[in-house]
Amino acid sequence: MNPAPSDFEDLRVEDVSRHFGRRRAVSHVTFHAPRGSIVGLLGPNGAGKSTILSMLATLLRPSTGRILYGQCDSVVHGAALRGSIGVLGHDLFLYPELTARENLEFFAGLYALKQPGASADAALERAGLAHRAADPVSSFSRGMRQRVALERALIHDPRLLLLDEPFTGLDESSAARLLARLDSLRKQGTIVVLATHDLDLAEGLFDRAIFLRDGRMASAADRPASLRAMYREVMTHAHAAAAQGTEG
Amino acid sequence: MPKWFVPLAVVCAVMFAVSPVLIANAPYESTMGLVQKIFYVHLPSAWVFLLGAIVCGIASARFLFKGDPRQDRLAWAAAELVVVFGIITLVTGPLWARKAWGVWWQWDVRLTSSLMGWMVSVAYLLLRQFGGPGSEKLAAGLALFGMANVPFIYISVNYWRTIHPTTSVVPTLPTSFGLPLWFSAIAFLLLFVLLLRMRVRLEEQRATLDTLYLSADA
Amino acid sequence: MFTRIVWLVLRKDLMVEIRSLEIAYTTIFFAVSCVLVFAFALVQEGRAPTDGAAGILWIAIAFSGTLALGRTFERERQAETLKALLLAPAARPAIYVGKLLGIIGLMAVTEIVLVPLVSLFFQAPFFTRPLWLAAVLLSGTIGFAAVGTLFAAMLVRARTRDVLLPVLLYPITVPVIIAGVRATAALLQPDLDAGIIQFWVALLVCFDVVFVTLALWTFEPVMTD
Repeated sequence: MNPAPSDFEDLRVEDVSRHFGRRRAVSHVTFHAPRGSIVGLLGPNGAGKSTILSMLATLLRPSTGRILYGQCDSVVHGAALRGSIGVLGHDLFLYPELTARENLEFFAGLYALKQPGASADAALERAGLAHRAADPVSSFSRGMRQRVALERALIHDPRLLLLDEPFTGLDESSAARLLARLDSLRKQGTIVVLATHDLDLAEGLFDRAIFLRDGRMASAADRPASLRAMYREVMTHAHAAAAQGTEG
Repeated sequence: MPKWFVPLAVVCAVMFAVSPVLIANAPYESTMGLVQKIFYVHLPSAWVFLLGAIVCGIASARFLFKGDPRQDRLAWAAAELVVVFGIITLVTGPLWARKAWGVWWQWDVRLTSSLMGWMVSVAYLLLRQFGGPGSEKLAAGLALFGMANVPFIYISVNYWRTIHPTTSVVPTLPTSFGLPLWFSAIAFLLLFVLLLRMRVRLEEQRATLDTLYLSADA
Repeated sequence: MFTRIVWLVLRKDLMVEIRSLEIAYTTIFFAVSCVLVFAFALVQEGRAPTDGAAGILWIAIAFSGTLALGRTFERERQAETLKALLLAPAARPAIYVGKLLGIIGLMAVTEIVLVPLVSLFFQAPFFTRPLWLAAVLLSGTIGFAAVGTLFAAMLVRARTRDVLLPVLLYPITVPVIIAGVRATAALLQPDLDAGIIQFWVALLVCFDVVFVTLALWTFEPVMTD
């Protein structure tokens, strides 16, 4: 028999494309992420990062190509896989009127955890916000909300964590905290896929960095030494290619 | 285009050319007079209007649960024809009603249900036009709801109030009235099939073009 | 499992609403404004039109219900929380039922204010048969909300959702409006004809059953890309 869909050892993206009508949002993207690795999707706005994350989250289907979670295809096992995927969206997915604790408890219940209350307490502890548990999320700063949102995404201890622009609006200490948390997840064996355009904060974080431009993989490298240098190179190549294109 | 298209188009054109003669030669109905002749257009367009709505509903349901884009294109084409034949029905109806009932509009069951069905198909087109990406699924859901709604609209409007010549009139019409009517109905049916095929083909070509565009881009 | 998710979603919606009361207040006030507009348009020489009360009540219910639907899903859209709900491994029809019950609750609260108000302004004896009135209002509200919740949920992704919601919703809910108005008008007659009300309530219940079933069935395919 097939193993349980939730217990996958790696994530494989095989030649995945996604188009909306005539617009190609993502085009022939391929990568592999074993357990305990952090993959970075880098590129300017509109490069297709969010579309890839939506496909990894099983919210969108690839137009061509396939995504494999261990042995399982996302199209076939979509619903069963959702229980082992955590998503931190750009819009944080929190109800501003509810308190931090109520938010966490609600999602713990939705993910069918045995003790939603205890899970919520543990998550608040990890976010370092146990003392603000009873305050509505709307009264939190961006950094605090982000911490709650990250623990919300992790409340069911997912095998795969997807982060969309997690550094936006964070001050240095919050960003450092996020980086430390990601590092601990890596040690636990979580697969992390992170989309960002902030190269400085992400420096040294990735086991694999993928640069996207217009939905295509412009460049990819394992444990890149300098993201900036790589980015510059990608952009110069792209410009040169564009210039050649107009000449020819 | 399939092989049958051109011959059928010719047949359809000839039928539409001949039908005015048939209608003109049909006997003069004693009580209604000249205005009765509008039935040769009104009834066939109403039947085709209904047929289009059924095609749209079934194709939408199949698209929603099977995800076949061909069904979606069929539903879209049918919905546009429903709007067109719906307008013909809803314009010719009151023209007759003015003479028969003395008013342009009556809240009778079939008139009102037709209007509601027409409204749903216009809403369907609006949704496809302005709904943004992913609206084809939503439109299919709407069409399915619209189809399930038909009996409810019919029953509710029927009990609300009714005065319409009953369906049983048609088969009992003398042949001299019936022949031009059936002739005209077949002409309308052919027109519907031809337009539907053409509209589906347009969407097919658009889809092919999209695919070509995407493969050239890759 | 199913009922647990329904309860979670419903409780969450109630909690959010009780904290802010935004939708309840604005919807009720909007409904009251609607009734006033109709009063100014229809009351002549200080006299309310006979039989107008039933129609005005249901128009106010439909309009304020549309507003409540739009606002409820706008709230789920703001922090993309509807996406978070869809990302959870919970049964999606259960999420639909949870939202539906929340909307029905909101509409019921509005009706509790509306019915006495219309009764007062238009001299309509609504409360002579309270049980029949409750049956008509409940079955009508369920039908309207069942279709509305599905449409509002699927329109969350569309840019033009504010205008498309009524455009799609009203043609489909015509039977609810007709049945609701006719049954309520029958209630207002001095000598009650139970048969007429029974017929309309039966029609409304059938509508509810068909459309709730259909919505449960289509919610999953409509919400997945």
